[in-house]
Amino acid sequence: MINALNHLPHPQDDNATLATHFSDLAPPLTPRQAAVESARCLYCYDAPCVDACPSDIDIPSFIRNIQQDNVQGAAIKILSANILGGSCARVCPTEILCQQACVRNNAQECAPVLIGLLQRYAVDHAEFAEHPFQRAPSTGKRIAVVGAGPAGLACAHRLAWHGHEVVIFEAREKAGGLNEYGIAKYKLVDDFAQRELDFVLQVGGIEIRHGQVLGDNLSLGELQQQFDAVFLGLGLAASRQLGLPDEGAPGLLSATEYIRELRQADDLSTLPLAERCIVLGAGNTAIDMAVQMARLGAHDVNLVYRRGLQDMGATQHEQDIAKANQVRLLTWAQPEQVLLDDQGRVRGMRFARTHLVDGRLQTTGQTFELAADAIFKAIGQAFDGQALSDPQALQLERDGERIRVDDNLRTSLPGVYAGGDCTHLGQDLTVQAVQHGKRAAEAIHAQLTLNVEAA
Amino acid sequence: MADLSIEFAGIKAPNPFWLASAPPTDKAYNVIRAFEAGWGGVVWKTLGEDPAAVNVSSRYSAHFGPNREVLGINNIELITDRSLEINLREITQVKKAWPDRALIVSLMVPCVEDAWKTILPLVEATGADGIELNFGCPHGMPERGMGAAVGQVPEYVEQVTRWCKTYRSLPVIVKLTPNITDIRQSARAAHRGGADAVSLINTINSITSVDLERMIALPIVGEASTHGGYCGSAVKPIALNMVAEIARDPATHGLPISGIGGIGSWRDAAEFIALGCGSVQVCTAAMLHGFRIVDEMKDGLSRWMDSQGYHSLQDFRGRAVGHTTDWKYLDINYQVIARIDQQACIGCGRCHIACEDTSHQAIASLVKAEGGHRYEVIDAECVGCNLCQITCPVEDCIEMVPQDTGKPFLDWLHDPRNPYREAS
Repeated sequence: MINALNHLPHPQDDNATLATHFSDLAPPLTPRQAAVESARCLYCYDAPCVDACPSDIDIPSFIRNIQQDNVQGAAIKILSANILGGSCARVCPTEILCQQACVRNNAQECAPVLIGLLQRYAVDHAEFAEHPFQRAPSTGKRIAVVGAGPAGLACAHRLAWHGHEVVIFEAREKAGGLNEYGIAKYKLVDDFAQRELDFVLQVGGIEIRHGQVLGDNLSLGELQQQFDAVFLGLGLAASRQLGLPDEGAPGLLSATEYIRELRQADDLSTLPLAERCIVLGAGNTAIDMAVQMARLGAHDVNLVYRRGLQDMGATQHEQDIAKANQVRLLTWAQPEQVLLDDQGRVRGMRFARTHLVDGRLQTTGQTFELAADAIFKAIGQAFDGQALSDPQALQLERDGERIRVDDNLRTSLPGVYAGGDCTHLGQDLTVQAVQHGKRAAEAIHAQLTLNVEAA
Repeated sequence: MADLSIEFAGIKAPNPFWLASAPPTDKAYNVIRAFEAGWGGVVWKTLGEDPAAVNVSSRYSAHFGPNREVLGINNIELITDRSLEINLREITQVKKAWPDRALIVSLMVPCVEDAWKTILPLVEATGADGIELNFGCPHGMPERGMGAAVGQVPEYVEQVTRWCKTYRSLPVIVKLTPNITDIRQSARAAHRGGADAVSLINTINSITSVDLERMIALPIVGEASTHGGYCGSAVKPIALNMVAEIARDPATHGLPISGIGGIGSWRDAAEFIALGCGSVQVCTAAMLHGFRIVDEMKDGLSRWMDSQGYHSLQDFRGRAVGHTTDWKYLDINYQVIARIDQQACIGCGRCHIACEDTSHQAIASLVKAEGGHRYEVIDAECVGCNLCQITCPVEDCIEMVPQDTGKPFLDWLHDPRNPYREAS
């Protein structure tokens, strides 16, 4: 359990009731709905939705397959571009990707085609007697993948498919990364992340070793010696800190830590409930945290951000979800002091009001206090510096804290590639990580094949 | 509001919308509901000799669009499966109760003089306004020498029509089958036989689809299927052409035409009337939506007529016939070019790929600096085929703009490129 919240009560509802609050936020399409929606697709050429998809899925083609009752074909079309197409269909912010680009996303055409839900329909309804991607003959090459999140899994699958042997080194008990531990429960329900993982591993040639932590019991130097290539899909394991006194007080913790606990809980009624809580941050994780606490039964959920609504990282769609769940969005206020009760536990927070002066954020001198039983930090994830502490790893060139890669996902070290959130390339999205993993695998494959031919 | 009433081949009706001879007009119950809904007339489902026909189960199948909208229906139902006596009694009652509506009786008996001579007085005694000869039924009945089997032989058409005109004075409408090569031959035969009018089209031989699990075409009867008759909006273009062929044929000039085939809206009806029809008959649209559709058809037609300044149907009937001609009389020098309204364009690229792959490579796909594509017509390559306009999902986004070529009218008969041109 989460020690920092041990003193808090539990939700009043039982597990079965609570579970209904965490079912699919966007319910899956029925066959009839899929037929109606797929018929709305205009089958664009050089389709804007495809341009907007970080993983290059041929969207018009898979939708046309659905329309023609070829769900298997639709699923293959999706999975061949994005092996995690099932989870991406659920967690992608389609409102800023494919569906924003959809040519029907304008007033005249009423609404974009529901591409995400159609993708989910295809992947969910396809039935494969055997794994649809058969491995090429063994190449004898071995590749180490660090991190079993979306980037690592996509990379491993593509490499295995090309006939290479892959070993994934994963720190946690379960593979899946954010899909398993970090996504709001109502976006990726039940055990889908693990079922998708099983599907990915069906390709064969992938071994996962758990409890393997880079910078702890694993070093980049060793991996380089033992493998023909290394892919780093480390993610951003550390949560940013506020830098305030009493940050370690009971009642104050990172949102990701709570979400991880919530996603793993067998019985939601055993979770700590903060009747009054504050979520600090402006991204989708902040929204996820606030909404989930509201759905557990909290009555007073405040999301506080130091800038304005228009500056929030969370999309409009996400903000709407927050409002629909009675989450109060407070803007132009930054944390000033953690307020503690006489037992040293969080009782609230004092905020300084902010405003822009000549384009710079400054406090106005006014403050206010909010009472809260818990404060959740969702002010961004940071690189876990410890991971790259061995002599080899220290040589990796960085962009800020993240690992520098070129367009082929190559780091500054020969044979070492990286992708996903631990790099600076593209947006911090699951679908982006999958694309990185896929492209890195192709680059590794090309490199290894080239070496064979040269020899 | 415009006057929708008609007098067609001597038959009066308050509006031109008649229900075609088909399942919806098989018995008094349906016909009364139709009259209550406002239909101007009804062609009673085809009567035959006793014993009555027997029908199978199932009977219909459909051709669907991508969203289950019905494009066309195929049916294998025969003529009425009720006795002649019941039908005649009901017709008498209905006509008496609804004297202002047109009530026409469809007939189909064997192609022998006595059979027609016998049934005609029975029908006339009902008070019906006219008869329609079913020479078009494409399934079942032709195997017995009736329906399309008659309609496909102009001599039979002429003969039977003449019998009907000889023995009785009721207006005779000859219903034509489209399952022939030249509709004018059948129409001319009916005209020679003394027909007061023709109606067309009857249904088209069809198989709508195949059950790929059972490997049986639809509709399925036990372990087999058979071809049926196709109707509904998908057949409208075929019907319009056949109507126009007859309307502009000098040999049948002035012969009243009752238009049938995929009519489901006032606009459809107006198009048939513009090509020369004096009444229109509807079946499939009513079968899909019920008799209430006539309400919107009447309202829409009269409002459109008001907007055009037409007081009666006569004011625009046949107006489009004169503009329908043979290919050889078209102006070779006429030129249109596509113009894309960039403000309306949603960037789907369909015009580009259609032109690029299958036409004249006349629409350029330009990559925009801010992402996406801009589609521009290459005027010099555009032949004005209309394909881009057809494939564009946005109404009025692509306009086909007539060009001022400065060239005079020139048809193929006089075109210097025609090796067989007529000397001027």
